[in-house]
Amino acid sequence: MPDMSVPAVEMRGIVKRFPGVLANDHVDLTVRAGEIHALLGENGAGKTTLMNILYGIYHPDEGEIFVKGQRAHIRSPRDAIRLGIGMVHQQFRLVPSHTVAENVVLGLPGNFFFPERAARERLQEFARRYGLHVDPDARIWQLSAGEQQRVEIIKALYRGADILILDEPTSMLTPREIEELMATVRRMADDGQTVIFITHKLDEVFAVSDRVTVLRQGKVVATLETARTDKRELARLMVGRDVLFRLEKRPVAIGPTVLEVQNLHVRSDRGLPAVRGVSFSLAAGEILGIAGVAGNGQRELAEALAGLRPVEKGRVLLNGEDVTNRPPRALVRRGVCYVPGERLVGTVPNLSVAENLILKTYDQAPVCRGIFLDSRAIASHADALIEQYAVATPSRETPLKLLSGGNIQRAILARETSGAPGLLIAAHPTSGLDVGATEYIRQVLLSQREKGTAVLLVSEDLEEILQLSDRVAVMYNGEIMGILPADRADLETIGMMMAGIHRTEPEVA
Amino acid sequence: MSIWAYIFSVLQAAIPAGTPLLYGTLGEVTAERSGVVNLGVEGMMIMGAVTAFGVAQATGNAFLAIAAAALVGGLLALIHAFASITLRVNQVVSGLALTMLGQGISGMMGKRFIGMPPRVQLKPVPIPGLSDLPVLGPLLFQHDLLVYIGLLMVPVLWFLFYRTRWGINLRSVGESPATADAMGVNVFQVRYLAVFFGGLMAGIGGAYLSIVYAPAWIEGMTAGIGWIVIALTIFAMWDPVRGLLGAYLFGSVRVLQYRLQGLGISPPLLNMLPFILTILVLMFSAGEAMRKRLGAPAALMQPYTREER
Amino acid sequence: MNSLPRIRLEKRLDTPRWLGVATPVFSVLAALLVIAVIFGLLGVNPLVAYARIFTGAFGSLYGLSETVTKAIPLMLAGAGLAVAFRARVYNIGAEGQLLIGAVCATGVALFVPGVPDGLRLPAMFVAGALGGALWAMVPAVLKARLRIDEVLTSLMTVYIASELVNYLVYGPWKGLYESGFPYSDKFPPAAQIPRIGITRIHYPTLILALLAAVLAYFLVRRTRWGFEIRVTGENPEAARYAGMNYLRTAMLVMALSGALAGIAGVGEVAGIHYRLRYPQGISPGYGFTAIIVAWLARLNPLGVILTALLIGGLLVGGDAIQLAMGLPSATVYLFNGMILLFVLGGDLFTRYQIRIELPGRAVATPVRLEREEVG
Repeated sequence: MPDMSVPAVEMRGIVKRFPGVLANDHVDLTVRAGEIHALLGENGAGKTTLMNILYGIYHPDEGEIFVKGQRAHIRSPRDAIRLGIGMVHQQFRLVPSHTVAENVVLGLPGNFFFPERAARERLQEFARRYGLHVDPDARIWQLSAGEQQRVEIIKALYRGADILILDEPTSMLTPREIEELMATVRRMADDGQTVIFITHKLDEVFAVSDRVTVLRQGKVVATLETARTDKRELARLMVGRDVLFRLEKRPVAIGPTVLEVQNLHVRSDRGLPAVRGVSFSLAAGEILGIAGVAGNGQRELAEALAGLRPVEKGRVLLNGEDVTNRPPRALVRRGVCYVPGERLVGTVPNLSVAENLILKTYDQAPVCRGIFLDSRAIASHADALIEQYAVATPSRETPLKLLSGGNIQRAILARETSGAPGLLIAAHPTSGLDVGATEYIRQVLLSQREKGTAVLLVSEDLEEILQLSDRVAVMYNGEIMGILPADRADLETIGMMMAGIHRTEPEVA
Repeated sequence: MSIWAYIFSVLQAAIPAGTPLLYGTLGEVTAERSGVVNLGVEGMMIMGAVTAFGVAQATGNAFLAIAAAALVGGLLALIHAFASITLRVNQVVSGLALTMLGQGISGMMGKRFIGMPPRVQLKPVPIPGLSDLPVLGPLLFQHDLLVYIGLLMVPVLWFLFYRTRWGINLRSVGESPATADAMGVNVFQVRYLAVFFGGLMAGIGGAYLSIVYAPAWIEGMTAGIGWIVIALTIFAMWDPVRGLLGAYLFGSVRVLQYRLQGLGISPPLLNMLPFILTILVLMFSAGEAMRKRLGAPAALMQPYTREER
Repeated sequence: MNSLPRIRLEKRLDTPRWLGVATPVFSVLAALLVIAVIFGLLGVNPLVAYARIFTGAFGSLYGLSETVTKAIPLMLAGAGLAVAFRARVYNIGAEGQLLIGAVCATGVALFVPGVPDGLRLPAMFVAGALGGALWAMVPAVLKARLRIDEVLTSLMTVYIASELVNYLVYGPWKGLYESGFPYSDKFPPAAQIPRIGITRIHYPTLILALLAAVLAYFLVRRTRWGFEIRVTGENPEAARYAGMNYLRTAMLVMALSGALAGIAGVGEVAGIHYRLRYPQGISPGYGFTAIIVAWLARLNPLGVILTALLIGGLLVGGDAIQLAMGLPSATVYLFNGMILLFVLGGDLFTRYQIRIELPGRAVATPVRLEREEVG
């Protein structure tokens, strides 16, 4: 058993800046030896950044780190591994076509031959001690997400880790696999291992941790004994925050129903169910906010509605017409516009601003006559939009990639909203933007609402959702936990729903 | 001659005929396993051929000739490695440029060798004991040394790929360079070595053509063999053992190509055979790959850079 | 960690305009310099050779006319390839498509009776274009149906086309009056493309070539298809998002580049040789050289007009030193390969800035793992 009196990890005054963002703001964290320490916070709270610093992937701008009582300078993951720190990332670092054993020994120093017998023996030992059962000869792509995660944990243990960081370890697991993981984590802690467990789910904090540190906007809000707190307190600590600025939201008469989604099922890139039986409707002149922590099916929902992802089951009605699984082009013609979360998906960085502005209308008048593109029409179209949306660009012929993020987003919004859309799907429209650009983009969404557009706003930013939406739906694990009118939606209720606890019956609009 | 005797004689001749393909394929399999496609095989082979012939004429030493050919192939491959790994240029076009370069330089170097009678020849070396075996003896064990070395390379490479750390590193770099890098594997070093090895092997394959299989220098004597190697690499599913099968299969086609001329079939039509067969092989491989979920190394043709991942 | 200085590439945000012109020029010059060294090593005086090349290609009216003559097929095939490469479709089989164009033209010239004289040549051009396009459909369909990479399959069709020509000129199409040579019979006068004076410039094909380059430019720049080609080549994900059909675009550019290469083949047999000959006698690798022509022009079809003339001159000059200095015909490939390599490498300067890090000051660049936490 390790010396329990010396903390396994002590981080003091850690500051980490990224361009435009203060990711960690004088963070202090003490993790006791042999404990399971939960790191709780919303997306963007700075949890992963902090742990990437501990694992040597990032370097702190300020602050110092002590590992097992010794001052540590961790310059790379190698240094971290040498100090007995292991990390299991959200995205696994495994070679899919290789076997478990090959993945485990990859990159280890040692003699020329593949140490097959040694690998097998130690894998068996981990299986016995912690319940980490996995077939050494299986290929990674044949394994479930839970088994792959076990391989990642084994990789860390194989390198002698006694401080294990798990970054959102349950995000891709089935409920059964989550149970198994929790049991494994418990057994490891009983065996003297220290575990840092990053999560945004309150249930998990209570299921597994001894202590919990809550991060919000890069700062530590509190460190508490898990046994002496409750979900209500943690939810408030996690999402409570100040509002940066106020936008004027005028009352708008709700029009006819534009979009109706019935029992929608969509699969993720990995082929797992991502959207599971979602139903809602959206009317003209209304903003429906979809809140939720990233990875709960919002992306798949938005892509399916934009025609970019096949619908497995269920129906999508647009102005009463069934448009399920119609190609994107057909939806565009019917007035569906989509502002994707990843800005590079919706743009061609090397083409000019003007050309990016016609990406969706290049085959329609007035831009296109017969087979020819009318360069004068393209130019005047571009000039008009650049002026109307105040896109800061040297000229319309400038390659789009040279613009700032905020101006690229303005250009995308200009393209998507200028043609009087019937339905606007905006996914994380302000992520990564500065305050000015954020405010402008929110105003555009509100003015679209006033023009009678039905707006579906997907965002992880609760403040944004509450400011703009008429109604708020919360997604968790592919389902809608409930839909609330904006005036009845408070941070605490939504925070609980985001964490998958509080479930109200979806109401019909 | 009975039908069996005929098949036997075709197979016996197919082994030397397939040997240049075997060397080229084993080399390209290694390079592609690391994630780099080298379409310059044709160019490296022809440079190997002309170098081997030239050195053999000058020194009279076959082994010096083969070593020189391997070295020249490897050096050419390093050009492609630099372009595609360090400079991250388009691998297709860079390989193509390498082939043109090889054809050009070999043509100039070889001008004076045209029509020269070869000074050295690699004689068959029957392996004592084994060569007396019925059927298998004359089929496999009465060839020259390079045939044996090529055959031996197959299990050696297989072992290297699947049973050593070096092989795990190589395959990881080709499948998921970011993972390999994160686990402390030097992605650039592994790729450079693999591409260089591919060049060595292509050079030896070329040497086999000009000093063993058809001892002479003829401009453009590789005649598309390098391209067949690229196709065989896909057919082999990046596996040395299947590479051996493919090489000897195409060797048989080459032998048949000459034999069938005797039956009065137009030589140009027969010359099409390997290329038509190559397309068929690619179609077959595509179908098989779909069925078995086998695929090219996942990072094939993708330059690796830390900053962008 | 590493004790050697490390070369690092950083993406350029802005490419200065002058770099776009300067890099191809400097790339060619650098390639010529390296070739000079190789010449020296092989015992050829590079200064004499380069002087010969220059005077051979540009030093006389005859040389100039030959340069233009050789630029014709390069321009045609190069314009098509520039468009295909723009869409990131790697048609390496232009040489084969050119030969098939030649075969189709020969078929119409010699074996289709009853075509009025005035229509004979137009019919040959149409047949050649169709033949080239259809031949290009082999790799295109394999790509669309079975996802087989077009690089290898298009290349294989070159060898098959070449053997097909061999088969024809040694076999069924061997001329009755051409004893001993692998040639077809001579085309009747109505199937011969007129030339300018005593030169070999078959000007109708030249006009077609210039037209093709200009039209290809307009196709890429000014039409909806061209827009689809550019978007698809730059960012396939955005093309999908905009509802574009990648496979349709791939088929289109394959057919287009095949058709233009086919027309080039018609020009060679009907404008130069007046007969089908063995493959190397029709084209000394124009289809491959066109790849360089397209790349050197930075995939701009209008630029292809210039680069085709430049490389055409190099081919003529190459012929001149072959005769004068006893060099093999493969010398041309040395120029091709080296220039292509340097143009490729030179491209880098327009896309990246090069930083050299000395060991002491190198900071291990972190592997960026997560994006979401940064925001």
